[in-house]
This record gives sequence, C-alpha cells and structure tokens, in this order.
Amino acid sequence: MEESLNRHSKISAADLERLSKEAKGEATPSSARIVWNEFKADKPAMVALVIIVAFILFVMIAALFIDTPKMMETDIMNYNAAPGTNGFILGADTGGRPIFQQLIVGARNSIGIAMGLTVISSTFGICWGLISGYFNGLIDWGMQRVYDFMMMLPMTMMIIVLVTIIKNYNAITLTLIFSVFYWEGTSRLIRSRTLSESEKDYVAAAKTSGTGNFKIIFSEIMPNISSLLIVDTTLSFAENIGVETGLSYLGFGLPMHTPSLGTLIANANDPNNITQYWWTWLPAALLIIILCLSISYVGQVVRRSADASQRQGAAD
Amino acid sequence: MWKTILRRILIMIPEVIILSLLVFLLAKAMPGDPFTGSINPKADPAQLHHLMKMNGLYDPWYQQYWNWVVHLFHGDLGNSYQYQEPVTRLIGSRAVNTLWLAVFTTILTYCFALPMGMYAAKHEGKLPDSIIRIYTYVTYCIPFFVILIIGVWIFGYVLGWFPTTGSISATAGPGFSSAASRLYHILLPGILGALFGTVNVVQYLRSEVIDAKRSDYVRTARSKGVPSKDIYRHHIFRNSLLPIAAFAGYSITGLLNGSLFTETVFSYPGMGLLFINSISYRDYTVITALVLIYGILNLLGTLLSDIILSIVDPRIRIE
Repeated sequence: MEESLNRHSKISAADLERLSKEAKGEATPSSARIVWNEFKADKPAMVALVIIVAFILFVMIAALFIDTPKMMETDIMNYNAAPGTNGFILGADTGGRPIFQQLIVGARNSIGIAMGLTVISSTFGICWGLISGYFNGLIDWGMQRVYDFMMMLPMTMMIIVLVTIIKNYNAITLTLIFSVFYWEGTSRLIRSRTLSESEKDYVAAAKTSGTGNFKIIFSEIMPNISSLLIVDTTLSFAENIGVETGLSYLGFGLPMHTPSLGTLIANANDPNNITQYWWTWLPAALLIIILCLSISYVGQVVRRSADASQRQGAAD
Repeated sequence: MWKTILRRILIMIPEVIILSLLVFLLAKAMPGDPFTGSINPKADPAQLHHLMKMNGLYDPWYQQYWNWVVHLFHGDLGNSYQYQEPVTRLIGSRAVNTLWLAVFTTILTYCFALPMGMYAAKHEGKLPDSIIRIYTYVTYCIPFFVILIIGVWIFGYVLGWFPTTGSISATAGPGFSSAASRLYHILLPGILGALFGTVNVVQYLRSEVIDAKRSDYVRTARSKGVPSKDIYRHHIFRNSLLPIAAFAGYSITGLLNGSLFTETVFSYPGMGLLFINSISYRDYTVITALVLIYGILNLLGTLLSDIILSIVDPRIRIE
C-alpha cells in the first residue's frame, strides 16, 4: 500500500510519516479520551468517581466473605441490638440480624441488579431507537405504537403483578422483568437523535455506495452518537438503583431472605422500627441517596464532556 | 388540528383493548383463588367448587373475558372478594383520596416551580441559576420513596407536626372540620412531592423564558422603555403560561404512578394502597380494575398534555 502510494505520488516516506502524525494530532480525540480529560479537570467529579468505584469493589469483594444464610438466621438474644453492642457495628434488626453485614450484601445485590438492568434495558433501548429512527415509514410507525403502548402501562403495577405470577423468582428473573419495562426512555432519546443523524450526508453517502442498512446503523450511526449512549447509560444506572430498591421496599422485589437496600428500608414500615430503632433502616436510606447522587454526578460530568461547548478539560 | 386529536383518540382504542386483555390474562395467571384463603379448613370442598362455579371461575378464559367486558360496559366491575362490595363503589371512594392528593401536589408543585423557573431564567448563568439547577437536579436524582420515609420519620414521628397514617382523623366532625382534617393529612406528602418534583416545570419554564428574552417582541418592548418587571410579568410570563400548564397532565400521570409508594408510606387509603392490599389477597377483580384505570388515566393525562402543547407549540404538532 505504502509502496504503491510512493510510486504514484511525490510524497516521500518521511513526509508521509510526518503528515500522518500531524493528521492524528488534529483528529478529534476519542470519546473515552474526552471523558477522561473532563474528569482530570474536575476534581470533585474525580473524587466521586473514585468513591463509587472503590465502594462497588469493596461491596463486591466483602460480600464474598459473608455467609448470607448464616447472617440471615434469627438470633433472639440480640433482638434490635443497638449499634456498637455485642460486636454489632450498626446494630441488629428485629430478628437479631446484623445490619452492617446486611448492608454490604444488600448493596451488592441492589447494585448488581441495577447494573444488569442497565445493560439489558439500555442495549435493547438503543437497538430499538436506532432501528426505529433509521427506518422511517411503516417500521417506525409500528415501533412507535409499541412504544406508546408501553408508555401507557402503569409500570410499577405491571411489575408487581408479574412478580406475583412467577413462582420462585430470583435476581436474574427479577432483572429481566424490570428490563421489559425500562427501555422506553433510552429508546425515545436514541430515536430522536438517530432521526436527525440519518439525514446527514455520511449516511446518504453510505447508502449510495451500497452499504447494508444494518451496517450503516451499527457501524456508522452508532459510533457517531456514542457520547449520547455513554451519558444515557450512566444516568439510567443511577435511576435503576431506585427501581429495584423501590419495589423491594414495597415487598415485591428480592425475596425476604435475600437482603437488598430496599428490604432494609422496608424495616421502616414497622412503626416501632421507625420511631425507636433508626439503625434498622436509616443507613440503607442514606446509602441509596449517596449512591444515586454520586453516580448521577459522574453522569453529569460525562454529559458535559459530550457537549463540546461545556467542556472544562483541556482539548489535547 | 382536530384531525390530529381525532387520530390520537382513534389510536387509543386498540391500545385500551390490548391493555384490558393483557391485564385480564395476567390476573387470571396469578396463583391461588380468592376463596381458599377466606374459608376455614373444615369447609366442604364441594361447597367451594360450587362457589367457584357460581362466580364463573371454571369457564374458559375467553368466556370469562367476554363476560367481564360486557359487565364493564354496564359499569359493573364485579365484586371485591376481600371487601365484599362492588368494585366500582370501593374504587370510587379510594379514587377520590388519590385524586385529591395528586391535584394538591400538582398545585403545590407549580407554586414552587414557577417562581424558581422565572428566577433562574432572569439570572441566567449567574449564581441563583446554578443553585436552582443543582437543587432541581439533586431532588430529581434521589429515589422519591426514600425521601417520603425520611420525611415521615422527621416531620411525622420525631417532630410530630403531621399525621403519619390515614386520610382523615377519627375525631373530625362534619363540614369544615372534616375538610381541614383531610387537608392536614395530605399536607406532608403534598409538600414533599412538590419539593422533589419541580425539575420538569422549572427546566421547561426556564428555557421558554430564556427563548422569549431574546425574541423580537421583548426587544421592542424594551426599546419602548417598558420596565423590566412589567416585561417579565405581562409579556414573557403570560406567553409561557399555557405550555407550562400543559405539564399538569404529565405531572398527574407521574403522581398516579408514584401513588403506590406515597400511599404505602403514609398508609393513605387511596387506589395505590388498595392495589397493594388486593395483590396480597389475590383480589383479581380489584387488581384488573385498578391496572385498567391507571392505564386509561395515563393515556388521558398524556393526551391532555399533548393536545395543549400541540395547540400552543406548532413545532411539536404530530403530523
């Protein structure tokens, strides 16, 4: 390739190397690079990112050392033990089960489900939006009607009904049930962006040169809206933590013997707990607030980096 | 214009039919039957079978669905197995509570959000703007049920300012006293819902006002020497009011979906709490009716907002 280039043009090998280096320098940096620069420029965001990553790693690893069935055994002697007594760091609940260990396992479960839900629902929503936005006409119309229908469904109620129908559900089935109902937001966002993107010249060029539709969608349009995809996924991760914990709080999320941040907060449904034994539910509530805020803060920074006019990081 | 609205309504009809079928089948697929739990172990199985047969529970599903639809059009949603009274009457009494709360919260939301949106737009890019942006953003990110629980703990139990359960106190007399008691019971959930639900209205109003600020008619008014205060009050605000009002439809839909949580936390006897109770009692008739009502209310709320928005804003008119 290089040889043939040299033969036909007057550019020498050294020049070619210099030129391609210059071109590389002038090219827009990759989205990952831009996001990283943005984090380097914004110290609080960096702190939030480090805290989230460290917390998730800690919870994932620490939960491996906790024997969940043993932890969930009732221990009448330590009924509602106060924090700091009998080696209970954060006290114990009505069944004498240690709150601190439940928090770790619960956070692991809640974050795990939120991650699974984000991966599945975002992938589905992105594909739905891309296809619906790219193929105008009948396909788009049909897909939009399905979207309208899904939007009409009272989501929380439908999930509760499904959870009561399915016997012996576990974390995986639960994630799948949630995913059925939480792809619409992503799909609408991606669709509207794809609509405007497919009117651009590069798509028309690809079409005239005979590129297949799906190749255009996934290797031309999708990379071009990648920053939007990253932003949306981060933000929906924060929202999805609220989805699982909310349903577990109502008693229709993870089963009783599997701790989740939501089931811990459900301790507050007992008037005794909410008035006298704050340690049974308040730590989980505060943990959810901190998690959601820091994850969406990180999401905000990512969103800022996706918009060139708002960037704070140096564009190198 | 009318064509658009008519088309929207026509599209709604198949949606409602599919929803009713889906809801009906899901309720049928739920385990257990409504009688087993309420009958003591010594009850005669033959009598149980008779009861099931009387209620048509052995018919094929399409037969049951058809009966249900026919009764539906006669305004008869069946009897609640749990409460032993007609579902329409049962839901009617609960719906009033839920709608009261939703309307009250929406009004409060506007009371908080309108000044905030105006103020943020007026001081665009300055400190108040960023503070309001951070406020709406933080309140939007936190899962609402967590806020409700912390709110009921602090203001209901610790400080004792607000009641923590029910929709009316048992000692309230008739007339004004009962109305005041009702209002008192929805005050805390209403304020919390309003404080933490401002994000949509604030952001929309802010961008509307910022657009209007740069428009020609405002520049004309300014050059004529109209005081800034009057420009905001008479020109900009009045123009932004209708699209903002359109958000009420979306807002009420959102509140209905959140009512499951609000009513559980406050033990407030509305439709959301009724749903949660009916699920544990396998009270199919109530469950199907509630999901259907919520679905239709969702549709109507969105339709209302879409229609108002498409009247005032030709950009988003559906072709």
